[in-house]
Amino acid sequence: MTLSDTALTEDGLPLKTRQGRILLIACGALAREILDLKRLNGWDHLDLTCLPAKYHLYPDKITDAVRAAVAKHRATYDDIFVVYADCGTGGQLQTACAELGVKMIAGPHCYSFFEGNGRFAAHDDEITAFYLTDFLVRQFDAFIMKPMGLDRHPELRDMYFGNYEKLVYQAQTKDDDLLEKAKACAAKLNLTFEYRFTGYGDLANALKTL
Amino acid sequence: MSDEDDIILSELDDEELVAQMFDDLYDGLKEEIEEGVNILLEREWAPYDILTKALVGGMTIVGHDFRDGILFVPEVLLAANAMKGGMAILKPLLAETGAPRVGKMVIGTVKGDIHDIGKNLVGMMMEGAGFEVVDLGINNAVEAYLEAMEAEGPDILGMSALLTTTMPYMKVVIDTMVEQGIRDDYIVLVGGAPLNEEFGKAIGADAYCRDAAVAVETAKEWMGRKHNSMQSA
Repeated sequence: MTLSDTALTEDGLPLKTRQGRILLIACGALAREILDLKRLNGWDHLDLTCLPAKYHLYPDKITDAVRAAVAKHRATYDDIFVVYADCGTGGQLQTACAELGVKMIAGPHCYSFFEGNGRFAAHDDEITAFYLTDFLVRQFDAFIMKPMGLDRHPELRDMYFGNYEKLVYQAQTKDDDLLEKAKACAAKLNLTFEYRFTGYGDLANALKTL
Repeated sequence: MSDEDDIILSELDDEELVAQMFDDLYDGLKEEIEEGVNILLEREWAPYDILTKALVGGMTIVGHDFRDGILFVPEVLLAANAMKGGMAILKPLLAETGAPRVGKMVIGTVKGDIHDIGKNLVGMMMEGAGFEVVDLGINNAVEAYLEAMEAEGPDILGMSALLTTTMPYMKVVIDTMVEQGIRDDYIVLVGGAPLNEEFGKAIGADAYCRDAAVAVETAKEWMGRKHNSMQSA
């Protein structure tokens, strides 16, 4: 299957016909990683649908969208697992999932569970770090440059990033092209660069238990 | 725009100039705003009138359009930057001319958080509304808030957080204020993208403020209540 990052950002990933018994409702930014894990581990009992990754920019939309997706699909599946961390919902997604009787992946955001929530929480010296994942490096313009207006008004850069010091590229896969692109992203934001290979971290650990 | 279409600000009458400054603020044109402020000063406008009628008036429109989803963060930042240019000219003059002071606020982003765009907008709009603002910057531990409150004697404490992981620290500050018996001496306002009204109530703040315009209105309302309760005491 060919996945378009733009489509994952704007539209998400529609559900195909039911094949598994558990449905994963995920952020579009995680689609490739989840499909890779399914393929590598033969997790055919897991089906996947994704909401538009652009909700990352408007966290207040996530909770209602997840609620609607759970309501739409719950009769069709034995169980549903939500592959969103808190993602800026301020605990509202956790509350909604508890009300709906579905579980979700632990952690404040994907930067945390990719690295491993325990390890990420132990960084007490990284409040000035800005994180990018593979998806966000590929979609840097769609998630950073355009919505922040930096493509039109580069003079705003320091208002957004003046308090940051480094860009940490959390790599899920080893890809030289992405590495070069991530370095260029850091340069655009005037931040120092750090490469950190994470693999799939707690995303793999969480899906393994389903 | 061609040269012949350029508007010469100094040739506009006062009413036209203020209307043009609203447009320039909306478009984030800092140099034009600075020029407009200087022209009004030359016409012997009081600095406080320039601030409230030209700058705050224009920024209020920006705030409303942001709230209504017509403008987005980049445009608001450009407008704020333009207003900042005008404010830099007016600020020393406001102090000299004894402009009315509505109240005093200490504001800062909480410990572990370096995000300050919202805080800076609130600080600027509060200054525009006649509040004296003491900005503690980013990454403030409870001790920094307590020291500033003791040293500055503000009416209002404002706390900001952008992260789900840092917003609970606001409760640490408020709980410490309660422990020290000083909680009721201050109006406590909180804000930031992941917060909501429910969270504000749960941590014991007086109010959650959705945006800078709401922060100003809420601050004025609570100052009015404080004033009334002092009169009746």
